[in-house]
Amino acid sequence: MTSSLAPFVIFYLGAMLVAVSRGRVRQVLMLMTPLVGAWNLYILPGDTVITYHMFNYTLTLFQTDRLSLLFGYLFHLAAFLGAIYAIHVKTTSETTSGMLYAGSALGAVFAGDLLTLFIFWELLAITSIFLIVARRTERANQAAMRYIIVQVLSGVILLAGVLMRLHDTGSLAFTHIGLDGSLASLLIFLAFGIKCAFPLLHNWLTDAYPEATPSGTVFLSAFTTKVAVYALARGYAGTEILVYIGAAMAMFPIFYATIENDLRRVLSYSMINQIGFMVVGIGLGTELAINGAISHAFNDVIFKALLLMSMGAVLHRTGKINGSELGGLYKSMPWTTVFCIIGAASISAVPLFSGFVSKSMVMAAALEEGHGWVWLLLLFASAGVMEHAGIKIPFFAFFAHDSGIRCKEAPTNMLIAMGLAAAICIFNGAYPWLLYSMLPFPVDYSPFTAPHVVTQMQLLLFSALAFTILKLTHVYPPELPGINIDAEWSYRMGLPRAIRGIKAVFGPIDRGLRTAGMNLIHSTIGTVVRHHGPGGTMARTTLVGSMVQWVIILLGVYLVLYLIGPA
Amino acid sequence: MTNPDAPSEKQYLFDNPKNVRRVILGLYIACAIAFAADFFIDRHVEHPWESLFGFYGVYGFITFTILVLGAKEMRKIVMRKEDYYDK
Repeated sequence: MTSSLAPFVIFYLGAMLVAVSRGRVRQVLMLMTPLVGAWNLYILPGDTVITYHMFNYTLTLFQTDRLSLLFGYLFHLAAFLGAIYAIHVKTTSETTSGMLYAGSALGAVFAGDLLTLFIFWELLAITSIFLIVARRTERANQAAMRYIIVQVLSGVILLAGVLMRLHDTGSLAFTHIGLDGSLASLLIFLAFGIKCAFPLLHNWLTDAYPEATPSGTVFLSAFTTKVAVYALARGYAGTEILVYIGAAMAMFPIFYATIENDLRRVLSYSMINQIGFMVVGIGLGTELAINGAISHAFNDVIFKALLLMSMGAVLHRTGKINGSELGGLYKSMPWTTVFCIIGAASISAVPLFSGFVSKSMVMAAALEEGHGWVWLLLLFASAGVMEHAGIKIPFFAFFAHDSGIRCKEAPTNMLIAMGLAAAICIFNGAYPWLLYSMLPFPVDYSPFTAPHVVTQMQLLLFSALAFTILKLTHVYPPELPGINIDAEWSYRMGLPRAIRGIKAVFGPIDRGLRTAGMNLIHSTIGTVVRHHGPGGTMARTTLVGSMVQWVIILLGVYLVLYLIGPA
Repeated sequence: MTNPDAPSEKQYLFDNPKNVRRVILGLYIACAIAFAADFFIDRHVEHPWESLFGFYGVYGFITFTILVLGAKEMRKIVMRKEDYYDK
């Protein structure tokens, strides 16, 4: 049995059915859609190409290779986990948009040309905004507006780049692009970079994701940035500047994550840090590096979803998410604690957990390619991951000082979703060969060598030792309520201030000019009124008799002049 | 649902300071074992710094400390009140 249905269609249909159904039927539909979708993808023949016509172009709606297929299965898996986690959600806009969003991500990774990619690129933005708005707070609404502006901007830049590329090369094919010095390649790179959260373009992520609903953040974390990673891997593999951009992405968020109080915002910074490793891998461009980047994207989707699910469960049960207000929750939520620790171990790349088998490929490739300094930075960033995600998240939420909060354990559906994600983390960590077999290139890499395991344990254990000593000596900074300004300051504070400054300088000038203008108009009107208005000289009405009198006077004067003038 | 310090509340694992000390002691022992393992494994060295004895442990400890101290200093520059953007 074969299929010829593009994967996104199933999610869009599922979303429509979810929108009109209620109760148990809706829950079954939410769970079945990703399963039916995955089955459809499985029976789709590998050489299927689905095309459609728009204007004079034949566009490719669906086309697959090893790279897109892996992301395709990953997105089905993420949508399934997300659906279980969100099964209790009754808000129609939230459940529907979650499915449309997952479908849009699938549309984007299977897009065979750049114009189709652009369409799904924008749909990703539009469908996901409801996941943020569904939080129903003023903060969330404002963050959602900023989010959509940045996302749509990324789409507009992409469209400009795509059209220029069409003009330059005559082709819309989505193959390797590379930075070839053309403006088109630069614009497409920039559009990918915005969605990928490149440094200085990253704040839409840390701004909006923590404001979404508990399950909304889980969905958001899986798709947008990973579509961007996929797009970079397809279009810009081996572009050297990505190595340095990626290293910067891996490094700077760890500092912000250390002092951030909102634990879901810590994980948002952590996302940028993990994407940094992937971007380095894509920039290196060797088979080992690309395999590392892609397998790490797979593992990251699962362990980041797991961590965000555990924090979402905490938010769901306690209504709080700030590190300064939490603590001691292992007493109330023991299962959530265990699952969170598994996620923390996976992201920290503890041997036998998933991060270990993928991140190390990127690092090994960095050394092989002679990027010694980048390797040292990535090793620094690895200690940083241990700090903010491996220790800080579980420690301040579930241990630390007892906040006195006693709540119920997470709902069963959330525990099942977390349990499944945790199982995948351990499975991929302990038996990576299934994941390796799906990667774009054949894998000639063994993660479980004695030196690799021992050196990684040394790095992690001594990081934990440093934490313990800093904590015991009270050097470790406490969790404090507050926010940390970042690049977003430029448009959330700097730009409004600049506009106020411009108004302060040009306001009086403008006011003066307008007053002068008004005065001129007023005086003109005054003059006209004086001469032509009621009682004005020019508007005076006179009697016929007086006119006759004036005519006689004029004729008299004329006669006198005639008589005395020279003859 | 909050019920702080209720006298009848059951004792949890880390309510007993002894258990916290046990975890910390376990970490010290694990660190010692991992450090000592450098004697026994034959590391394939690609980066010159890797040849230093116990490089990964030392590097992890130092970078972690730099990170925490650096971030603490960073707070002085970037930290604002929670309603900073709402004003």
